[in-house]
Amino acid sequence: MGSRASTLLREEEIEEIKKETGFSHSQITRLYSRFTSLDKGENGTLSREDFQRIPELAINPLGDRIINAFFPEGEDQVNFRGFMRTLAHFRPIEDNEKNKDPIASEPLNSRSNKLLFAFRLYDLDRDDKISRDELLQVLRMMVGVNISDEQLGSIADRTIQEADQNGDNSISFNEFIKVGNVYILYIDIDIDI
Amino acid sequence: MGPFLDFNPFDNLLCILLGISFTVWFTLLLVFIIVPAIFGVSFGIRRLYMKTLLKIFEWATHRIERGAKDNNHLLYKPYSNAIIAKEPTSLEEEINEIRRRGSNRDLDSASEFEMSDIFYFCRRGVESIMDDEVTKRFSAEELESWNLLTRSNYNFQHISLRLTVLWGLGVVIRYGFLLPLRMKNFLSEQVHLMCYRICVRALTAIITYHDSENKPKNGGICVANHTSPIDVIILASDGCYAMVGQIHGGLMGVIQKSMVKACPHIWFERSEVKDRHLVAKRLSDHVEDTTKLPILIFPEGTCINNTSVMMFKKGSFEIGSTVYPVAIKYDPRFGDAFWNSSQFGMVNYLLRMMSSWAIVCSVWYLPPMTREEGEDAVKFASRVKAAIARQGGLVDLLWDGGLKRGKVKDTFKEEQQKLYSKMLVGTQEDRSRS
Repeated sequence: MGSRASTLLREEEIEEIKKETGFSHSQITRLYSRFTSLDKGENGTLSREDFQRIPELAINPLGDRIINAFFPEGEDQVNFRGFMRTLAHFRPIEDNEKNKDPIASEPLNSRSNKLLFAFRLYDLDRDDKISRDELLQVLRMMVGVNISDEQLGSIADRTIQEADQNGDNSISFNEFIKVGNVYILYIDIDIDI
Repeated sequence: MGPFLDFNPFDNLLCILLGISFTVWFTLLLVFIIVPAIFGVSFGIRRLYMKTLLKIFEWATHRIERGAKDNNHLLYKPYSNAIIAKEPTSLEEEINEIRRRGSNRDLDSASEFEMSDIFYFCRRGVESIMDDEVTKRFSAEELESWNLLTRSNYNFQHISLRLTVLWGLGVVIRYGFLLPLRMKNFLSEQVHLMCYRICVRALTAIITYHDSENKPKNGGICVANHTSPIDVIILASDGCYAMVGQIHGGLMGVIQKSMVKACPHIWFERSEVKDRHLVAKRLSDHVEDTTKLPILIFPEGTCINNTSVMMFKKGSFEIGSTVYPVAIKYDPRFGDAFWNSSQFGMVNYLLRMMSSWAIVCSVWYLPPMTREEGEDAVKFASRVKAAIARQGGLVDLLWDGGLKRGKVKDTFKEEQQKLYSKMLVGTQEDRSRS
């Protein structure tokens, strides 16, 4: 218990995270409280097991993919900055942000960054293309054992057919945008603090 | 000889003073604590104590908030409140909602898979990372107002001299006065009901019993939600029960053995616990004998932090006798009663209990319930659980308390997958028909 009080966030850190992610002061402290409660090892970072301990996440068919999205390439631990950076993708876009200075770097929760996040859930090998195999993998995760391989294969083929425009039998990011753009605001999460 | 003569008067005076104060103290102890406990009479002193404490806590919290504002610190908000408003919609409804938003196609020819379907799972997943219903039940509840126990507030920094002095005074009182007093009382009891009552006084427990006409009778089973070992003391000081449980080693084991001498309890060896039939047989034998005391069972199987009621194990509900549900709700402002067994051992926990301000709780005896025709044990268990949750103002959760220590079963994930597959395949069948 005592160690928690001593690792309270410093003001400068909160300011930096605020600038980077756009969360408000109170949202950041609240999410920090959540971060520390998940951090059973109390070493300031989360591992994959810490995420898997959340039952509602463990039963989510895409749970593993979502957890992966928090960890940078090849790493096994994520600190609070990284945690917030990933969560920032789900922050709703506010009106006053739309007219921001175009020279400033794009905010994490811009439309195209949200789309990139969703794209990367499919594109495991990060080659900027969703191949038929990658699509099948995600489909298989979502349906479990309840649909046969052939049926699943035909669903995948149909989907690629509809989305693919340059005929390379895979879905690139630009093609994905055209399909996904309309739904993207659905993944916004309103944090009510 | 000179110096000795000088010391004598002082010595005598000191001795006399000490003697008098001891006698006075002892008499006070006797009169105010032990005698009323024997006769079950209470003075209003504890309630007055409670009211005074509450006023002090309010003042202390105000001070902290004001201090934080002055110094421009941000207060550390307690984590237990939900931060996301989740609507209770089903998987199918939500996925259709996403598709509807984007599609201007006619929905009767419903499409099967859409790439946007992952957004549903993705969003649900991240929502559960930000805030979920289960993991927060296994750690102590955090309070909005501070009750001068450093262990329950993370905002404690030096705000004002007065606050620190008050806190210091609190420490002195709790560790120097309340704790030794309680330890002495705790170690000195012998007789069954009287001893439990003294425990209750010893912990400065202020318990309000509601609806005592529904108290468990012989030959029944009493079920209650579980927050700490003190639940047992609280219930047993108002009636006699037979306990069920595993034989522990150490301090608990000694206590258990001594309890058996007073009343016929049902203790199991660890190996016997695995054999469900054996357990069920012994329980039903006990229950059929109507001269035997009602059995006290905590069906959650583990301590929960008193903000919710988790899944009841169906074993006790299969036996088929009358069930007397009891709801226990602690007031967290005076001391957190929750025993986080993965964080603290028994002795540590007892120490914390005896050095908190008081244990304030309410006990509701609910009307007895029996299993209805055609109702299976699981449904019966949920019905009882819902009644207890409703009465105690606790959240009724379907999740298993075992998640405190173990992983969730894969069958739940498979259920989600099945639901989603039905959506996809269902539309396929429609297509082939049309």
